[in-house]
Amino acid sequence: MPIEILMPALSPTMEEGNLAKWLKKEGDAVSAGDVIAEIETDKATMEVEAVDEGTLGKILIEEGAEGVKVNTPIAVLLEEGESADDIGKAGGAKPDGKAEQEASAPAEAEKPAAAAGDDAVADMDARRVPGEGKVHPEPKKVDVASDPDIPDGTEMVATTVREALRDAMAEEMRRDEEVFVMGEEVAEYQGAYKITQGLLQEFGARRVVDTPITEHGFAGVGVGAAMAGLKPIVEFMTFNFAMQAIDQIVNSAAKTLYMSGGQMGAPIVFRGPNGAAARVAAQHSQCYAAWYSHIPGLKVVQPYTAADAKGLLKAAIRDPNPVIFLENEILYGQTFDVPKLDDFVLPIGKARIQKQGTDATIVSFGIGMTYAVKAAEELAGEGIDVEVIDLRTIRPLDLDTVIESVKKTNRLVTVEEGFPQSSVGDHIASQVMQRAFDWLDAPVVTICGKDVPMPYAANLEKLALPNVAEVVQAVKAVSYKA
Amino acid sequence: MTAAPKRTKRGPSKSKSESGLAPAISVPKPANFSKQDELDAYRGMLLIRRFEEKAGQLYGMGFIGGFCHLYIGQEAVVTGLKMAMEDGDQMITAYRDHGHMLAMDMSPRGVMAELTGRRGGYSKGKGGSMHMFSKEKNFYGGHGIVGAQVSLGTGLAFANRYRDLKAVSLTFFGDGAANQGQVYESFNMASLWKLPVIYVIENNRYAMGTSVARSSAETDFSHRGISFKIPGIQVDGMDVRAVKSAGEMALAHCRDGKGPIILEMMTYRYRGHSMSDPAKYRSKDEVQKMRSEHDPIEQVKARLVDKKWADEDELKAIDKEVREVVADAAEFAQTDPEPDVSELYTDIVI
Repeated sequence: MPIEILMPALSPTMEEGNLAKWLKKEGDAVSAGDVIAEIETDKATMEVEAVDEGTLGKILIEEGAEGVKVNTPIAVLLEEGESADDIGKAGGAKPDGKAEQEASAPAEAEKPAAAAGDDAVADMDARRVPGEGKVHPEPKKVDVASDPDIPDGTEMVATTVREALRDAMAEEMRRDEEVFVMGEEVAEYQGAYKITQGLLQEFGARRVVDTPITEHGFAGVGVGAAMAGLKPIVEFMTFNFAMQAIDQIVNSAAKTLYMSGGQMGAPIVFRGPNGAAARVAAQHSQCYAAWYSHIPGLKVVQPYTAADAKGLLKAAIRDPNPVIFLENEILYGQTFDVPKLDDFVLPIGKARIQKQGTDATIVSFGIGMTYAVKAAEELAGEGIDVEVIDLRTIRPLDLDTVIESVKKTNRLVTVEEGFPQSSVGDHIASQVMQRAFDWLDAPVVTICGKDVPMPYAANLEKLALPNVAEVVQAVKAVSYKA
Repeated sequence: MTAAPKRTKRGPSKSKSESGLAPAISVPKPANFSKQDELDAYRGMLLIRRFEEKAGQLYGMGFIGGFCHLYIGQEAVVTGLKMAMEDGDQMITAYRDHGHMLAMDMSPRGVMAELTGRRGGYSKGKGGSMHMFSKEKNFYGGHGIVGAQVSLGTGLAFANRYRDLKAVSLTFFGDGAANQGQVYESFNMASLWKLPVIYVIENNRYAMGTSVARSSAETDFSHRGISFKIPGIQVDGMDVRAVKSAGEMALAHCRDGKGPIILEMMTYRYRGHSMSDPAKYRSKDEVQKMRSEHDPIEQVKARLVDKKWADEDELKAIDKEVREVVADAAEFAQTDPEPDVSELYTDIVI
């Protein structure tokens, strides 16, 4: 039976890409291991190798096609004795290694995750907000109700979070010779997640510094350079690896200003992806927002949109204090409108009201916002008008905005992916209780990741993370409509 | 065990690395000191000694709290290196830092008042003995976490190279810190990027109470850079002239763009690790032998007298002047007010 060749995923978080080039044409013989095509995303270009032997019977996706979903059939391979007439019988692809999957018709193969009968995978897509991983899809409409920093009539440009972060660094490096970026694979490799793409070419190896795999050491080198007055951007490939360096971040970067009586601090940015990506299990899936928010002397930023990523990273680089800048791998490829301004800098320490509402308040940040936004949409359909606040900065925390909202809605739900004990939500709940007790009509509900190390299995991973239904349920509970 | 500082086994002028892994470096002869050099070294070391003795007293009287690590016995190391340093060179060390600050010309009043936690201290009383800084004097701390200052000092050198400065970072740590992982992460980067940093390992033989022999598989710390192609030498850290000439050689090495270098200073601390250390791990004889035969200050004093560059009266006058400076610092540190309560919430972020 003819074998479908599917659009491969280059990474656990890739959802779609472009079919850049076919290296084989219809009728060509193909051996296992032959490079048959090139595909690209905004992050990388990769070669597609044939897994099976046969003849390339039909190309289903033409060269140059953009936004091809992962697992879409891109060609059909004919085995010995088969002809193009057999193509209608194609199937049998095994997306995501679902070994138990049975041969299915092409129509089903178009939604392979569902065809696999595995809800977890389908819902994994849901938490990535399907359709937002395109190279340049429709930008997500962000209903900015309270960002005073964008003048009316400003042109908006569809930008991925990845591009926004890169643009922020490039603009600041152009502006200030003392700004440089260092970390693993930031230069020649163009960034493990392609956030530093192009920086080496523009700024050279002096200012875009590849380090050995030495988190503790290069974090300390960065802090030392900052004490001497340089403005390092230290990229951690992920914040999971920054645990190796946490002494330098907490004991050296955060405390020196205080311990020196204000003489000397560390104007440094530590940035990189934080929190769960997809299917990378316990040691690579952890949110550090609450950890770093505990430390006086640090600022902690975790943006959701591309505009916030850009404006806040520029602010972080200019900030004379150490800033922990928490990104998210799943958000990197998502596209949002970014205002086209010469110098778009947002204030650290100010929340953004994503959506105004009157019935209940949801407070979240970073990727937690994806659940909050979807829950608010669902709840709107049920007649519950939710106010959604994106904290953007975890420290200093904009509690005033949260409390103003609670005074209006009288109900509060917090959403984050981190562990529940001593979570950001716990702190907010405690502060709201102390400062706005009389305005609360229900106990605050804090939605967090579950109190378990992140499991690998897709179904368990899904259970370990928050989900939209939980948020919807929580809002109904605080509204006594459950 | 002999009390004499261990000299290099290969003799003073042999190449460091017979294996060829690190560049060959010769151990320079002790510097020729002029009368003025000897007098400067004498006064500098005496200031540290008297200051530390006073700090010990104030600790006993309850004016100084927490941890207090005295530098008595090791004075020649920082004094000799400072004599070799030039304007712009930076110094960073761990928590046995009072001597380093005095050598870097920080005011004895400001250091002592920090020890007593007063507003006139270098950190307004908020840092204490282990955490003091002076950007003005190029002293970058004063760090309480063993080994952390090694990465930080490497970062200072990174900044010097980034800015194309000739300045060198003198990064001090002890034989104990030499077993921390980040030291080797720093060695690797410093050598890879040819950073101008001198790693000064003050080998005073004890990491708290654990002797070098009980803690270190390789007890010759000048060899610790070989895997990273960093040359190193052992230096008699009790002889201020040997320290100065080693410092000059190392500074020239760094300024020539040859990258990092290790100076292992063979030294000894007379006092315990900190004030609360009963020093049960070594004999009184060992300490006494070191004091009587190798004291860095007595060595200078003997040369001054031998060469008739100073008589007892002149030396006493120097001692008196130093004691007055220390007494003034102690008086200031006891009478200066504690920081205003409003300082609790200042200097957290800018």
